[in-house]
Formats: sequence, structure tokens, C-alpha cells
Amino acid sequence: MAEPLIRAEGAAHSWDGTRWQFRDLDFAVAAGQVTAVLGANGCGKSTLLRVATGLRAPTRGRIAVAGTAALVPQDFSRAFPYRVIDMVLMGRARHIGLLRMPGNSDRKAAMEALAVIGLADKAAERFDALSGGQRQMVLIARAIAAEPAALFLDEPASALDLGNQDRVLRLVRMLADRGLAVVMTTHQPNHALAVADTALLMLPEGAVFGPAGETLTEARVENLYGLPVKILKVQAGDRGFRSVVPLYAAGRQLSARPCCDD
Amino acid sequence: MTVVLSVAASRRETRVLWAMAAVLAAIAIASLGVGRIDIPPGRVMRILLSPWLAPAEPVTPLEWSVVVVVRLPRVVMAVLAGAGLALAGASLQGLFRNPLVGPQVVGVSSGAAFGGTLAILLGWQHLGLVGAAFAFGLSALVLVWLFASVVSRSNILVLVLAGVVVSGFFGALVSLVQFTADSHDKLPVIVFWLLGSFATADVDKVMLLAGPLLPCAAGLLALRWRINILSMGDEDARALGLPVAGLRWLLLALTAMIVSAQVAVSGIVGWVGLVVPHLARMLVGPDHRVLLPASALLGGSFLLLVDDVARSMSASEIPLGILTALIGTPMFAVLLWRTRERRMDG
Repeated sequence: MAEPLIRAEGAAHSWDGTRWQFRDLDFAVAAGQVTAVLGANGCGKSTLLRVATGLRAPTRGRIAVAGTAALVPQDFSRAFPYRVIDMVLMGRARHIGLLRMPGNSDRKAAMEALAVIGLADKAAERFDALSGGQRQMVLIARAIAAEPAALFLDEPASALDLGNQDRVLRLVRMLADRGLAVVMTTHQPNHALAVADTALLMLPEGAVFGPAGETLTEARVENLYGLPVKILKVQAGDRGFRSVVPLYAAGRQLSARPCCDD
Repeated sequence: MTVVLSVAASRRETRVLWAMAAVLAAIAIASLGVGRIDIPPGRVMRILLSPWLAPAEPVTPLEWSVVVVVRLPRVVMAVLAGAGLALAGASLQGLFRNPLVGPQVVGVSSGAAFGGTLAILLGWQHLGLVGAAFAFGLSALVLVWLFASVVSRSNILVLVLAGVVVSGFFGALVSLVQFTADSHDKLPVIVFWLLGSFATADVDKVMLLAGPLLPCAAGLLALRWRINILSMGDEDARALGLPVAGLRWLLLALTAMIVSAQVAVSGIVGWVGLVVPHLARMLVGPDHRVLLPASALLGGSFLLLVDDVARSMSASEIPLGILTALIGTPMFAVLLWRTRERRMDG
């Protein structure tokens, strides 16, 4: 593996100093790699991203990023309906002196970031007039405009429909292929299987980190969410996938008619 | 193609700003002619240019005195005060992430009013008055900010209530000062000062206002793109690399200084800082890079027009604060109403 751009060594965080949100985290992400962070609600995934991007100090240990770390937040409501290009321009803040305005080179960088996500034609539109999927993409473009070495995404595909989930996941993969180290939190083990090289599972008894395919086992996913799952191999033409199927307790059962199943 | 699009949009905004500047200049020229002695705008121009460009019909001493000595300081003061208040209001709205905020809503006006009344009671003048207004104006703003952050940072109701609480407190202190003030000597001065007026404008007062106002306004304008980012929320702004805490205090201090300087020289002129940025936002959009200069230009024009009405509507001048409140409150009510409808849609 190439020299990692993101390296966590014994990272731990606690709000009150007694109960740990997470502890003893060790992981490394190299350029070109995607790491998926999975864990139950409230296990500290978002806090992990804040620590990694320097918004919070770790209680113990450290998470070092070589170069700029950009954070893509979950979409949230905004006070003012800025234009898309103006949202993306904000990503340039680190590159612009405190009393200066964004110049032509910043506008160019912002437009290039919009071109990467395929929404250059929406530059002059209002951000809040876009669909949820497009807004998520624009927030990713804003992070790209910062020219980061590492990209941290907080549940980028959570609130999106299937088509938009696929679009965002493809973008995440593409950004890693362009040389970024990417960390994304997700509640969808299938998203981890789809795009992640490595997975960090924040299990109640401690974190497990390793190659996504090997780390995401039925037993661990069950442990993670307290719900039985099956991991199936799906063959579609010449493409094979692994897919996590949750066995919901409320799941409607197929009627056991003897004729049809085999 | 799209690059062209976004540049074209910013060109349109530049044109709007130039148009606003032209309107302000026209209103200023016209205002110099308005009053007991009416002078047409063309003649006003000739009088103003007469030191360099002698007009065919010589300027009489009376004309010079009326336009340059009496009215010019007043017009300059009205423009500076209106521009400053609107600029401060637009900045506060971005900073508090709330378009329903103004210098009065967040307590800075009432704090400055207390500082000013206290200064008058103690016989402080000029810089003493400005200093006292600033000290208490900033204190009130900080109190509201802390109160709102402790209870709930995102809830507008908490913010407005914090403003009501702090304004109520300083309002009571103003009343206390009025109660203790000498009813023959100090009290009338305090009462008329509080009502707000440019009637006593002179070169000294213009300097007293411009001294703190111009550098602070330049500071706000220099930081106006950063206000866009601050309006994303603290955490997002920090993630984008902004020194949020320091920048916020700086902006709060700059706005408090502007409002306090205005209050010190012309009393409470309410609602301008709340309503004008709103109107500007309707014309040029929410981007603070354009919104701040647009608010300043519009605020100058607005207060100049109101002052023209104040000094020409009746034989005795109507205090400015009364007029801006009479115009501003119904406008604010309409704006509140529109917000409600928009929330229902969303």
C-alpha cells in the first residue's frame, strides 16, 4: 500500500471523559482508496469525521491528514438561497486571503469542480431549488473546490433515492480514482461493498478495520445493527455482486407454496 | 458557456449597483434643494461646482449658505447614517443567519441609547458620547448573542426574545436616567436626542459620525464574502477553514461601532437596518458580496428621503425616529407575513 494520506493512531473521543464514543481507532487510508465507516446510530461516526477534519480535538490518540482535509456535511437547511456557483466558491476560502474576494482563478476552480460532478449547467441556479441528490453533489463540488488531499463525507447517500445513491457512489469512486483519500460514513453495508476498498466497523466492543469484502461478514453486520442478515452473491450477466439482505422482523413472508420455489 | 452565464449574472448585479449609486446621487442633489427655500437641482449643481466652475448667474451668499453650510452636512449625515445602519443590518442578518434581524432587534440600538443618555446626563460630548454609546451598544449585542447561543442558536424566537429581554433592560435604564435627569436642563435634550433627528447637523457632527463609521464600513465591506460563509453555520464555516470565533467578534464590534456612532450623533433611527437589507435582497439576491454595497446605497437613499419628508412635511420638524418607525413597522409586518407563507410552502 502507498504511503497513507489519513492515519488514525489510537484515536478516541468522549464528550464527558467517562463514556467513550469510540476508542483505540487505528486505520489508514491511502490516495485512491475509499474507506466506509459503519456503525449504529450514535456510535460516533459523525464525531469521527469532525475529529479527522480538525473540528474537534480527539480525547486521546490522533488522526493525521497529510494535506488539506475537506468535509462534506449532510445536507441541512440554509438561511439564504445562494446560487450554486456561490456555494461552490465557498470551498475556496482556504486559498483566499482574509480581506480578499474570490478572483477569476477561484471562479475557474469552482466551475471545474461543478464540471467534475456534471452540474456545470446549474451554476447560476439557486442551491435550494435543486433536488436533494443535486444538492449533495454540489456540496461535494464545494469540497473538491478546496483542492483537498483527503475527502470526508458524512452519509452522502442517506437521504437519496436509489438512482441518486448510485450517482453519488460513482462520484465517490471517481474522486478516489483521481487520487483522493476518501472516508465516508454510511448506514448501508451495500454502499460499502459497492465502492469501498476498506471498511471501519464501529462495533459495540471495539472497532474492526480491514478490506471491505472480508470485514463485512454476516456475523459482524448482525452484531452492528442487532438484526439478522444474509450476504448473497448476485450474478447479473457477467457481473457478480455481494449484497447484504436484512431479515427484517416485520418482513412479509412469501407464502410457502410447494410448487414455485425450486 | 456556463462561465459566461455566471459572469453575466455578476455584470447584471454591477449594473444594479451603479444604478443605485446614481439614484442616491440624484436624491442627494434634489435634497439639497428641498426646504423652506426651494432651489431646483440644476441650480444646486451649479452652486456646488461654483468654486471651480463659475456659473453665468453668480451664486448669492444666501444660496451658498443654504446649500453648502446648512443643508450639505445634513444630507451627508443622513446618507452616512442610512448607509451605515443598512450595512450593519445586512451584516447582522448574515451573521445571525436570520433575515429578520436588525440593530434594534438584537439590542444594539437600545444599548447605545442608554450609553448616550448616560453620557448626556454626565455632560460628556462628542467622543465621550460616541464612546459611551459604543460601549453599551456592544455590551447589549454580546449579551443577546450569549443568551441566544446558550438557549438555542438556531431558534429565531429565542433570538428575538433575547433581544426583547436585553432591550427591555436597557430601556428601563434609559427611563431611570431620564427620571433622574434635571427636567429643565438635561431631560429635554435627552428626549429630543432619543427621538432621532439630523436637525442639528454640522461639520463637527459629520466628522464625529464619519470618523468611526467609514473605517468600520470599509471593514465590513472587505469581509463581506466571508459573511456568506459564516451564514452557513459555525461548524460548516470552520470546516471550510474560517477562523469563526475571531471573525464573528470582529464583525459584531464593527456593526456595533457603526450603529453606536449613528445613535450618538442622531439618536434612535429604528427599522432602517432591518427593512433596507430586505429590500436590497429582493433586488440583488442574497450574496453578501453584492448585498452589502447594495444595502448601503439603498439605506443612504432611504434615510435621505425620510429626512426630506421629516423637514418639509410641516412647519416644525417631525423627529426622524418616529417616521422611520411608522414606515418600518408595517414593512416588517409584511416581511414576517411573507416568511410565514414561505415556511408553509416548504
